[in-house]
Amino acid sequence: MKVLVAVKRVIDYNVKVRVKSDFSDVDLSNTKMALNPFCEIAVEEAVRLKEKGIASEIIAVTIGPKAAQEQLRTALALGADRAIHIESDQPIESLGTAKILTQIVKQEQPSLVILGKQAIDTDNNQTGQMLAALSDLPQGTFASDLTFDNDKVLVTREIDGGLQTVELMLPAIVTTDLRLNEPRYAKLPDIMKAKKKPIDITTPADLGIDISTGLKLLKVEPPVERKAGVRVSSVDELVDKLKHEAKAIS
Amino acid sequence: MSILVLAEHHEGILSSNTANVVAAARQIAKEIGGDIDLLVAGEGMNAIAEAAAKLNGVTKVLVADNEVFRHLLAEPTAALITDLAGDYTHVLAAATTIGKNVLPRVAALRNVTQISEIISVESENIFKRPIYAGNAIATVQSDEILKVITVRATSFDAVDEGGNATVEALDIFAENNQSAFVQETLAKSDRPDVSSARVVISGGRGMGSGENFKLLDGIADKLGAAIGASRAAVDAGFVPNDMQVGQTGKIVAPELYIAVGISGAIQHLAGMKDSKVIVAINKDEEAPIFQVADYGLVGDLFEELPALEKQL
Repeated sequence: MKVLVAVKRVIDYNVKVRVKSDFSDVDLSNTKMALNPFCEIAVEEAVRLKEKGIASEIIAVTIGPKAAQEQLRTALALGADRAIHIESDQPIESLGTAKILTQIVKQEQPSLVILGKQAIDTDNNQTGQMLAALSDLPQGTFASDLTFDNDKVLVTREIDGGLQTVELMLPAIVTTDLRLNEPRYAKLPDIMKAKKKPIDITTPADLGIDISTGLKLLKVEPPVERKAGVRVSSVDELVDKLKHEAKAIS
Repeated sequence: MSILVLAEHHEGILSSNTANVVAAARQIAKEIGGDIDLLVAGEGMNAIAEAAAKLNGVTKVLVADNEVFRHLLAEPTAALITDLAGDYTHVLAAATTIGKNVLPRVAALRNVTQISEIISVESENIFKRPIYAGNAIATVQSDEILKVITVRATSFDAVDEGGNATVEALDIFAENNQSAFVQETLAKSDRPDVSSARVVISGGRGMGSGENFKLLDGIADKLGAAIGASRAAVDAGFVPNDMQVGQTGKIVAPELYIAVGISGAIQHLAGMKDSKVIVAINKDEEAPIFQVADYGLVGDLFEELPALEKQL
C-alpha cells in the first residue's frame, strides 16, 4: 500500500518566538527551523508501516519555500522513498494547503495519508480534516494507534476524557497525536543516502490551485504576562493564604 | 444573519461547554443582530434538546435525531452542518476533540477558511486567537461569507439557563458508509472533569512515576479537584494523555490550580495561565512555574504533599 505523508517546516519547538516590534507578525529571522513535531510522528508511523510490510512506498510532501527541502530531506533520511515539494514563498492557509494536497492525492492515489494533527506555528488543527473533506475520504484524527484489516483501518483516537476507536474504509486520512509513536533519529548513513533520493518540484499554480484566502492577519501581539506572586515557606502558610487571602479554599 | 452552534453531549448529557460557545455566539449576535440556533445531533436527543432550549440567548434548537449521529462522527456530522450552513453567517463549535474534528470539514466543504480556537470576539468578523502555543496572540479578520469558528470555552463565561427556545425536529436523510464507531474507553472517575473543575491539581515529571500520582488523590478528594498532568508526565508514561493540561492537551481556567513537580514549560503555561489562583510546589526554586504562581512553595513534593493533605 502506498502511503503519503505531509510535513511542514516550522520554528523549532525549543525556540521561544518573539513578536515583531510593529506587531505585524512573529519574528522568524535567524530562527532555527525544524520538522513540525506532529509531522515527525507521521513520518515515523509511515516508516513503521513499511517495516511491518504494510506500506510498500512512502511519499513525503511539503508545501513551502525552497528551504523546506531540508525537512523533506529529513523525511527521506527517516525512510521516505521519494518526495514532492510544492514551492511557495507565500504563507498558505490550511484550506489552500488542503486543496493542494487533494490534488496530490488525486495524482498519487495513496491508500493512506498521514499528517500531523496540527502545526506548532499556527496551531490551526485543520489541514487533515479539510483534506479528508475535499477528497471525500474518511478521517481518523488525533490517532494514538493504527491497526490494518484488509480494506479497513482501525484508528484509536485521543478524545476528551479517553480513547475512541473508529473503523475507516481505505483510502483514509489519519492525523497523529503525541502517543502514536516515539520518532527515531536519522542515522548519518541514511542522511547521506537521502541526498540521492528524488524530490519532484512543482508549484500551486502548476497544479492549478488557487491559494488566495479570505483571512487577514491584522495584528500579532505578545500574550498578557502574569505577574509572579509570593513565596510561602511552609504548607501551613500556604493553606492559611489560600483560605484567608485568596479565599480559594474554605 | 444568524448563527448556528453545534451542541456537544456525552452519555445523554448536554456538555457544559455548549453554554460557553453560546456566550461567544451572543457576542457576535450583538454585532449583527441575528438569531442563535443550536444544533443537537445524535440518537434519543429529547432530554438534551430540552436542556439546550433553556440556554439563554438561543432562539431555536434544531434536533437531528438519527443513529448515524450517535457519536458525532466527523463524516456525517460535517455533512449535516454543511447542508444547514447555507442559512447562516457563522457556524460555531467548542474547540474540543469533537469541534476540532468536525468543523474543518464543514469549512472545506463550504470552501471557506476556518478560524480555530478564538479567545475573544472583537467584531462579527474580527477575532483573537493564540498561535505558537500561546506565545503570541493573533488578531484575524475573516472576509468569508460564512465564518466557521471553533471557540476556546474557558475564554467565555457560560450563559445562564432560563431561556425558552423552540425545539424543531429536522427532517433529514443521513447515511455514513465511510466510517463506523467501534468503541470508546472513557476514564471512569468520580472526580470532576479537568476542563470544568473548580480546582485542578496537576503533577509533572517531578512526580517520578505514575504510582506517585496517588499522592494527589487525597488532596483532590478533599478539595473536590480534578487531577491533571503536564506533557512531560504524559511523555514519561506516568499517566494517560487525556489528563494532559497544556497547549497540546486541555486548556483549563479553574478557580485554583495547583502545579506539583511541574517546571512550567511554555506549552504547559499556555494551558493553565488563565487560572484565577495558581499554586506551585517544586523543589527547583528557579523553575519558571514560579514566575506565574501566586503562591510558590519551594520544597520536596514527597514531603509537602502529605503535609498539605493533612492540613486540608
